[in-house]
Amino acid sequence: MASEQLEEYLESILDIEEKNGIAKTSAIAKCLKVAPASVTEALQVLSEKGFVNYEPYKGATLTDQGREMARKVKRRHRLLEVFLTDVLHINEENVHDEACKMEHTLSDETECALCKLLKAPARCPHGSLIEACNRKVDSCSACLAESESLSSCTRDEPLIPVTTLAPGQKGTIAFIRGDNSVVQRLTDLGLTLKTEIQLMRKAPLHGPVEIAVRKTRLAIDHEIADHIFVTARKEKCG
Amino acid sequence: MNNCRHGNGHWGHGHHHGRKPEYVVALAGNANVGKSVTFNQLTGIDQEIGNWPGKTVERAEGLLQYRGLRIRVIDLPGIYSISALSTEEQISREFIAHDHPDVVVNIVDASALERNLFFTLQLMELKSPLILAVNQMDLAAKKGISLDFHQLSRELGVPVIPLVAIQGKGIVELTDAIIAAVCSPPEPREITYGKEVEERIGRIIGLLPEGVGGYPPRWTAIKLLEGDRDTVWEVKKLSPDTVARITAVRTELETIHGEPGATILSGERYHASEQIVSRVMTHRSAGETRLSVTEWIDKIALHPVLGYLLLTVMLGGLLVWTFIVGAWISATLTALLSHIAPVEPLITGSLGEIIFNGAWTGLVAALTLIIPYVIPFFLLLALIEDSGFLTRFSLMLDRGMHKMGLHGKAIIPLVLGFGCTVPACMSCRIIESPKQKLLAAFLVTLIPCSARTIVILGVVAAFVNIWWALALYLLDFILIIILGRLAFRVLPGESVGMIMEMPEYHAPNPSIVLGQTWQRTRSLIGIVLPSYIIGSIVITAAFAAGLLEPINTLLSPITVLLLGLPIMTGVVFVFGIIRKEMTILALATLFGTTVFSTVLTPVQLIVFALVTMLYVPCISTIVVLAQEFGWKQALGITVVETGLAIALGAVAFRVLSLFM
Repeated sequence: MASEQLEEYLESILDIEEKNGIAKTSAIAKCLKVAPASVTEALQVLSEKGFVNYEPYKGATLTDQGREMARKVKRRHRLLEVFLTDVLHINEENVHDEACKMEHTLSDETECALCKLLKAPARCPHGSLIEACNRKVDSCSACLAESESLSSCTRDEPLIPVTTLAPGQKGTIAFIRGDNSVVQRLTDLGLTLKTEIQLMRKAPLHGPVEIAVRKTRLAIDHEIADHIFVTARKEKCG
Repeated sequence: MNNCRHGNGHWGHGHHHGRKPEYVVALAGNANVGKSVTFNQLTGIDQEIGNWPGKTVERAEGLLQYRGLRIRVIDLPGIYSISALSTEEQISREFIAHDHPDVVVNIVDASALERNLFFTLQLMELKSPLILAVNQMDLAAKKGISLDFHQLSRELGVPVIPLVAIQGKGIVELTDAIIAAVCSPPEPREITYGKEVEERIGRIIGLLPEGVGGYPPRWTAIKLLEGDRDTVWEVKKLSPDTVARITAVRTELETIHGEPGATILSGERYHASEQIVSRVMTHRSAGETRLSVTEWIDKIALHPVLGYLLLTVMLGGLLVWTFIVGAWISATLTALLSHIAPVEPLITGSLGEIIFNGAWTGLVAALTLIIPYVIPFFLLLALIEDSGFLTRFSLMLDRGMHKMGLHGKAIIPLVLGFGCTVPACMSCRIIESPKQKLLAAFLVTLIPCSARTIVILGVVAAFVNIWWALALYLLDFILIIILGRLAFRVLPGESVGMIMEMPEYHAPNPSIVLGQTWQRTRSLIGIVLPSYIIGSIVITAAFAAGLLEPINTLLSPITVLLLGLPIMTGVVFVFGIIRKEMTILALATLFGTTVFSTVLTPVQLIVFALVTMLYVPCISTIVVLAQEFGWKQALGITVVETGLAIALGAVAFRVLSLFM
């Protein structure tokens, strides 16, 4: 089975999992518009490769490895969508399909260059959050300053935007995306790197999130909070 | 203590005021740490609130008289950093760094020392003569936090005073410390940051040209390392070569860390702050499983259903007040005052009579605005602000406000606007970004205020039907949303998302709430009263001088040709500039009847109300807009809205005539 197809499967499992918790075979088949039999076959392959935990008749969930892979492809997909829309002005209806084809062939280097060119966008044209990259940088200005020494270091742990934490869950700030003034405003309020923060509450309707940091509570606009990425564990340099 | 007046060194700072020297003390600190309470405790009731020259941030100033010394106390805006990103930060920075107050009292929250000390460290970099007042000790104790003040004082090298300001505890000690500090200014210790940073600070100090801005060299070096625009500019003026060399040092540091300089320094300060706190604070967790009062209230106030219910009740209450209670008080007051002298515009009579009538009508208009609409609204605003509810409401409404390019805090001006546009425009100050502030003020001027409601009800609901009145309202709301989105695109400047601290709830402090209400009301009276009285006299006098006909003729291309109204309405609209509901009085006076349906057709009534609703904001609004944003913006809004009113009125006249 081609790696492209496997990546497509991982992506749709991620989507379904985020919505329903477990990706049922039928749901995957519907999402990818393929026969349920092909899904079963693909899930077996993915399971053998260690990307998913597959239980016949129940469905599949991603392993950590699989999730990282899926997120990486998703990130490329959405970056490409931004590129196709904002730079090439491709008709919005075609953007998704184009990106679907291109996402599997993108190299790390091109992905990084694309991110820099687009000034580290936060969301795709359809409004979905773009994942943080896995380079070991503390903020986007490190990339934009083009220091070469950085490129060899990648993170071990996937970064999660603080807005996807569950209420009450804690994380350590690892990366803040965006221009200097956003970063500065956040750091001035105590949201510095390596600080432990806790998501207290999410306001309804995609409203601001409430974060506990340094014994204070902050309400932060959802779009700004999307820029704050946390990890639960330590990171190392490779 | 009194010997201090003959003391040494700081005479230059003290201002001679009569015989006695006057000293200046600034209160600085984060928002919600009890700065205002401390200020009230220090100065008693002797305070005045004023605007900073040319800017629109409120500051309070008061006099502390103690042991024969006169000390001016200045309450600076609550800020978290002096990186000069916001107006408040810039103002505080200019004041502390440039005006050299004799003492800076930094008030900090004992429960959140780590975050508060971040700001303290910046004051120390500036070598401010500092006193640290650690407030809300009672709340901290309840949370199981205890602090070693002697150690903290040693760490920082400045006096540290524990406070429970709300109960007046520690105020005497603070006052003594201020007096002592006036005599011999405390010199904060130099807190050293990480090696990589310190090494570069040292190198930059070595590069600095003579006499940069008169600030401490270490502060200047740190600002340069942060890439602070103002400081870089100052150095550039003196020596452009140095800037390039300093920038190289900064870039070097930024490359190592992969972060901008300012972020690196913030990280360093927080690190230093953590270290200090770890040495002075002991925290034994006392029953943390129990939900605090704040968490209980938040369970309701921020609940997806209950929260909006609470909000609806509050906003609904405000509207009920505006339409029923406020309207009743206003009408009763007018009726009472008209026993003393008539309040209809007078257009015939002697000059003296006309001037008196103008002044009287203006005064009545001001009173019937301030008593039913301004004071209760300001009181409520102060209550929800001081108790902590305001931040929760903003949080809940943030999303909706985004649709108009604003954020959660803008709900306050928009709701106040239903009462009176003037205080609503003033309350736009709570919004940080200049662009969003102006946008909010623009939308506020379109909200149907109580005066416009009176016109819509008195002209359309009474003589056409209630549905057309509601349709006008609906049209207004649609316009607000459309124009909001349009203006958001057109206005220059960036819009800033909301980041705000969520303070704990507490019972509102009566002296703060009443004080704030009174101060805001007073600054409003300063605008409203003169504009009403003078405006009213000028317009009535103009009519008495025989300008009535010429004005009608001058405006007739608009009133008659475009809007299809009788020629007499030209004058009526001019009266409406003073206050919108005066149009009804003027209409009645000029046509000699209060049954408008006998002189105007239904279409004319609707068009008349529509134009009144949208054209020129009243004279007080124009003045307050000019004061807050400048004349250019004030006149810009006036022109846009007048144009819009005429255009929509003309269209309405033609469309409605087809089927009515």
